[in-house]
Amino acid sequence: MSDLSMIEAVLLTIITASTPLLLAAIGELVVERSGVLNLGVEGMMIVGAVMGFAATQATGSPYIGIVAAMISGVAMSLLFGFLTLNLMANQVATGLALTILGLGLSGMIGEAFIGQPGISLKPIALPVLSAIPFVGPLLFNQDILVYASYGLVIAVYFVLFRSRTGLIIRAVGDNHGSAHSLGYSVIQVRYLAVMFGGACSGLAGAYLSLIYTPQWVEGMTAGRGWIALALVVFASWRPARVLIGAYLFGAVSILQFHAQAAGIGLPTQLMSALPYLATIIVLIMISRNKTLAKVNTPACLGKPFVPDR
Amino acid sequence: MRIELEKRAEHSQLMTVVSPLIAIGLTLVCGSILFVSMGYNPIDALYAYFIEPLTTSWSIEELLVKAGPLVLIAVGLSVCFLSNSWNIGAEGQFTMGALAGSIIPVLFYDFTSPLALPLMILMGILGGMAWASIPAFLKVRFGTNEILTSLMLVYIAQYILDFLVRGPWRDPDGFNFPESRIFDAAHVLPKIGEGRLHIGMIFAVLAVLVVWWMLSRTLKGFEIKVMGETPRAGRFAGFSSNGVVWFGFLVSGGLAGLAGMAEVSGSIEQLTPVISPGYGFTAIIVAFLGRLNPIGILFAGLLLGLSYIGGESAQVSLGLTDKVTRVFQGMLLFFVLACDTLILYRFKFASSAKSMKEAGNV
Repeated sequence: MSDLSMIEAVLLTIITASTPLLLAAIGELVVERSGVLNLGVEGMMIVGAVMGFAATQATGSPYIGIVAAMISGVAMSLLFGFLTLNLMANQVATGLALTILGLGLSGMIGEAFIGQPGISLKPIALPVLSAIPFVGPLLFNQDILVYASYGLVIAVYFVLFRSRTGLIIRAVGDNHGSAHSLGYSVIQVRYLAVMFGGACSGLAGAYLSLIYTPQWVEGMTAGRGWIALALVVFASWRPARVLIGAYLFGAVSILQFHAQAAGIGLPTQLMSALPYLATIIVLIMISRNKTLAKVNTPACLGKPFVPDR
Repeated sequence: MRIELEKRAEHSQLMTVVSPLIAIGLTLVCGSILFVSMGYNPIDALYAYFIEPLTTSWSIEELLVKAGPLVLIAVGLSVCFLSNSWNIGAEGQFTMGALAGSIIPVLFYDFTSPLALPLMILMGILGGMAWASIPAFLKVRFGTNEILTSLMLVYIAQYILDFLVRGPWRDPDGFNFPESRIFDAAHVLPKIGEGRLHIGMIFAVLAVLVVWWMLSRTLKGFEIKVMGETPRAGRFAGFSSNGVVWFGFLVSGGLAGLAGMAEVSGSIEQLTPVISPGYGFTAIIVAFLGRLNPIGILFAGLLLGLSYIGGESAQVSLGLTDKVTRVFQGMLLFFVLACDTLILYRFKFASSAKSMKEAGNV
């Protein structure tokens, strides 16, 4: 293998490792921009993974699996929405509950699928673009979910910062009282954002069980939902930075594999702990600059909205 | 006609007690639906799950063995949650407490003096505290989100445990199994009675009493609750918000560490790659179901302990997958949180027109 194709192979695996993080984080970014903190990403993701796998096995079509994963992510997010938006339950606790429930449900549903070989999603080469040397096969000979992740980053950027809809979402997230006074339905906007986040987490789960490792393994999300949450903080709630952050994290987790394969002296377990350690370090670096954190954080993040009628 | 929430003038005392019971009832109803959908007779399944384990003294003992760590961890977490700090990494602190508590039995196995156990207990507590002090320090010093850091530390702790039992701490006579040496009798917590029950449950009861006393009878307890509910008022009263964060994390980390040490020294009697069926996370449910009140937590711990035993019993008698346990636990937390609404709000059934008119009168 020539050096160039070796680099290409490493970069390809980095994209594969980054995409689930990117999908989940871009969804959660919109949720948090609307003022809701949904800590249940891990739970929605793993239910998406198992439902995506189950639907694919049942129908033979990974595309139906993707749709099933999105629907189940949305269903989970609606549970969260009902508790936090209608019943004013504590968002932190409810998010944790969603994760615990999701891990339990996925274990139960997935038990029948353990050890089954899955059907992997095939890459689709985009005409013309994929012929570009080096970059082409890397970026434009991918599966539909990688394209979806590019598309989502661009779409979320334009909707949030270049459209009226985005202005409403951000207004609701920054000052729900004022948004309510202006006649916007805070609860409705937040519901839609939470559902969007659920769909994205479901997609991220589908990516894991249909592409990353096309099989069902219990607990296969392995904390990626939590890393996605950290990424949103790292990105200071900006879509482009989520993209950079996700690829950075993907790189850390892949280089860690290569270092293990190359027989670096460190124990494998300590290398495997690296992405989690990196998450902590990144969170520290971001929070050190307190004014920056304060300016970017949606002002109403995590605060329940009780309409005073 | 629509249903609206109306804020109560003050917390409903009645609902504080009743809402967890409603939550348990709803969980049982949903559980029955789940069992039916899986093709089981719900009565048989619920019996196997929640009643059968209570019919033999062996399983009641096992229930107490499981409830012990849950109560210990949850009591600590309640202090943290009351002060509005979110330590969700108790599982990691449990693991580090178990590791620190195992230093003597694994590395200094010749040291069998009566001092060994008290030292192990102390080291277990310190191990948990040390691990909890990382998110506490980062929150106080840099304002780093403690939810994410404490959770990431769970994964790191588990990798450290895995590394030790497969590497330097592996039993030299253990045929390469990933296990530490089996603890000397001098390093095993005393048993209560003939069975598996050890004095870890007594630690739990003591922790309940001490924390209950601390929260309800001391200035520290008042400080924690004030800083949790109205930090601004607390600061005017001269309480330190950083101090409360440190206190909450150290108490919860220390108790989780003690639970980890007790589990390894009292139940498993060696280190293995997996030492907990998710006690640290289940304890979060215990803390909420017990209303963040130590006495309530004692009962909630017994119930969640029962869910573990029930899962095993239903697996044996009905062939039901033990994964159902986690689903039950998740549903229970959901319903507890949903029913909490009843404490602060009351439901009002109103037609849209009427509520519009009322709004006009205000």
